[in-house]
Amino acid sequence: MKVGLFVPCYVDQFYPQAGIATLELLEKLGVEVEFPERQTCCGQPMANSGFSHLTGDCDELFTESFAGYDYVVAPSGSCVLHLKEHLHSKKNPSAAEDLRGRIYELVEFLTDILQIKSLKARFPHKVGVHQSCHGLRGLHLSQMSELVAPGFSKPEYLLNFVEGIELISLNRKDECCGFGGTFCVAEEAVSSKMGKDRVSDHVQNGAEYITGADLSCLMHMEGILKRQKSGVKVMHIAEILNAGE
Amino acid sequence: MVKEETQQQHKGLAEHSGLADIFNRDEQRVNWHDETLWFVRSKRDKAAHSLPEWELLRETASQIKHNVLSDLDTYLQQFEEQALINGVTVHWAADAREHNQIVHSILKKHEINRMVKSKSMLTEECHLNEYLKEHGVEVIDTDLGERIVQLAEEPPSHIVLPCIHKKKEEIGELFHTHLGTAAGESDPQVLTEAARQHLRESFLTRRLALTGVNFAVAETGEFVVCTNEGNADMGSHLADVHIASMGIEKIIPRRKDLGIFLRLLARSATGQPITTYSSHFRKPRAGQEMHIILVDNGRTVQLGREDFRNSLKCIRCGACMNTCPVYRRSGGHSYHNAIAGPIGSILAPNLDMKAYADLPFASTLCGSCSNVCPVKIDIHDQLYKWRQVLVKEGHVSPVKAMGMKVMAFTFAMPRFFAFAGKAGRVVMKYLPFVVSNKLNPWYKEREMPKPPKESFREWYKRERR
Repeated sequence: MKVGLFVPCYVDQFYPQAGIATLELLEKLGVEVEFPERQTCCGQPMANSGFSHLTGDCDELFTESFAGYDYVVAPSGSCVLHLKEHLHSKKNPSAAEDLRGRIYELVEFLTDILQIKSLKARFPHKVGVHQSCHGLRGLHLSQMSELVAPGFSKPEYLLNFVEGIELISLNRKDECCGFGGTFCVAEEAVSSKMGKDRVSDHVQNGAEYITGADLSCLMHMEGILKRQKSGVKVMHIAEILNAGE
Repeated sequence: MVKEETQQQHKGLAEHSGLADIFNRDEQRVNWHDETLWFVRSKRDKAAHSLPEWELLRETASQIKHNVLSDLDTYLQQFEEQALINGVTVHWAADAREHNQIVHSILKKHEINRMVKSKSMLTEECHLNEYLKEHGVEVIDTDLGERIVQLAEEPPSHIVLPCIHKKKEEIGELFHTHLGTAAGESDPQVLTEAARQHLRESFLTRRLALTGVNFAVAETGEFVVCTNEGNADMGSHLADVHIASMGIEKIIPRRKDLGIFLRLLARSATGQPITTYSSHFRKPRAGQEMHIILVDNGRTVQLGREDFRNSLKCIRCGACMNTCPVYRRSGGHSYHNAIAGPIGSILAPNLDMKAYADLPFASTLCGSCSNVCPVKIDIHDQLYKWRQVLVKEGHVSPVKAMGMKVMAFTFAMPRFFAFAGKAGRVVMKYLPFVVSNKLNPWYKEREMPKPPKESFREWYKRERR
C-alpha cells in the first residue's frame, strides 16, 4: 500500500510538526508514505469564498501529484472534504474522479482503512476533543448531535488507545469554533466570539490540551488562547497518537 | 445609540458583518442571546430524541415537499378548485405589491380601516403593515411577540420568536409607555395579562382579521394555522372578514400528510410535541367572508433555480436559526431581511442579489442548520452555491476578487509557493487571516500563528531525501 501524504498549505507553513507526526505514525503502522513535492493547496480558500472557478490550476496540480497513489491521506478534515466533493480535472477527468474516492483524513484512514485495533502511545494529560464541523458533518468522523442516531466517535476511539490520557466532556460537544476560512476576518466580531466561547467550554471543563482532526480550527482557538495568555495548548490528534512513551 | 446605528445601517447598504459588530459590542447581551436560543435548540433535541422515527419523519416530509414542488401547478389548481367549492374567494398575487393591493381592496370594499393580524412572515416579506399604514389602515399584530416588536417599531428578529432579542425589562418599559403598566414592572405574568386585556379589546372590535397559513391541503381546499396563543382563532372567529395570506409553496397534497408535518413543526420550532392550536379553516361561517391570497413573490423564480429550489420546502420552524452559532451571536436584525438566519440567507438573494449579497457569507458552513431542518433542506450547501453565483454575477468587492486571483496564482505554482513560504512565510499573506499587522481583523482578539523554523517540505527535503 502506497500512500501519498497531503500536507495542506497552512499546515506545511505553520504546523510542520503535525505533518511530521502524521508521516511517522503512518510509517509506524507499516504504511509506505511519500510526500509529492509539487503539492500546494486543495483550493478550498478560494472556493468557499465563492471563487471556485479559480481553483482549476490547483485541481490539476493536485491530480497530477497524487494520481499514482493507492490512497491520499491528510491531517485536515476540511481540506479532505473539499477535495472529496469538488476535485475536478479537465486534463484527466477520470483520474480526478477516481482520486476523490481515495482521499482520506488521517483519523478515518486509521479506523476505516487500516482498521487499527491498538496503538502504542502515551499522553498523560486532560484533553478536550474539538469536533471540527467539516470532519463531523461532512466526513462523519463522529455522530452529529442534531441527529437521532446511535453515537460514535472515530477520534475518541483512537484517543482511547493512548495511555494516560483523560478525555474531558464539554457542555456543547460539537459547536463550531467560528474559523470558517475568510469568515474569520470578514465577520471578525462573530468569529472571535465563537472562538472565545468554544475555548472557554474546554477551559472550564479542565482541558490541558485541545485536540482535533483539523488544524484550521485549532489554529483559531490557539490564537484566542494565546491572546488570553492561557496555559491551555492545542495539538493535532496525530501528535497525540504519535506521542512517545 | 446602538439602535439608531442599526436603523441607519438598515436604510443604507446594510452588511451583516457591520450589524453583527454592533450587536457584539455588548458581550453580556450576546451571551444571554446565545444561551436563550441554545436552550430552544436543546429543547428541540429532547423532543426529537423522544421519537425513534424522527429521521424517517424528516425524510418523508422532505419527499412529500419534493413531490409538491415537482407538481406545484397541479396542486395549486386543485387547491383553488376545492376552496372555491367551499365558498372561499381565491386571489392570486404575482408579487408583494399585488398582495398588498388585494388586502387593501378588500378593506376598502368593506369600508374597514382597523384590522387584526396574526403571525404571518409572508406579510413581513411583503411589508404589508407599512403599506397599510400609508393607506390609513391601522393594523394590530395579535401574536404577543409580534405586538411587542410592533410597539417598539422594529421588525421581528426571529420567525417563530419575534422578540427573542428583547429582555423582559425592555418589554416592561414598552408596556409602561404604550399599555400603561406600572413603571419598572417586568414580571412576565403581569405584562402578559396587560397584553391580553389590550388585545381582547382589539379582537372584539375589529371586523377584519388576517392570518398566515402553515399548510394548505390540496385535496380539501382547507388551510391550517398553528399558533400557541390562539390569536389566529380569536381574530378570525370574531371578524366578519377573514383573509389568509400564503406563499404558493405552503401546499401539501393530502390531509393525512399533516400527521407528519405537525409532528415535525412544533418539535423543531420550540420542542413542544404539538403546537397549542392547530386550527383547520375550510369554509366561511354563515355571514362571514373568507379570502385566500396565493402569493408568488419570487417563488417561481426560485423554483426554476435547480440548486436552490429545495429552499421552498421550508415550513418556517426556525430550527436553523436556533442552532446557528452565527445567528445566536449576531441577532436576527443583523440579517436585514424579513427572514433571518441560515434559511433567510438562501431565500433573500433570490429576491435581490445585490441587496443580500452579504448573507450567504454570514456563515462558517458548519452544517448544523441542514441537520436540524425538518424537511432536510441542504441549507449549508446552498450557502456555498450562492457564494459562487454571487461572485460570478459581480456582487463582490474588486479588492477581494484580486486577492483571490493572486492566491489562486500562488497555489498553482509549486516553486513560487515553496519560495514564497521560505521567505518568511510570505505566501501566507494571501490567506486572509495571517497578515502580520494590527489592522488585520484577525489580530483584534487573536494572536497570529508563530512561523516555525522550517516548513514541513523543508524538513522533508532535509530528512527524507
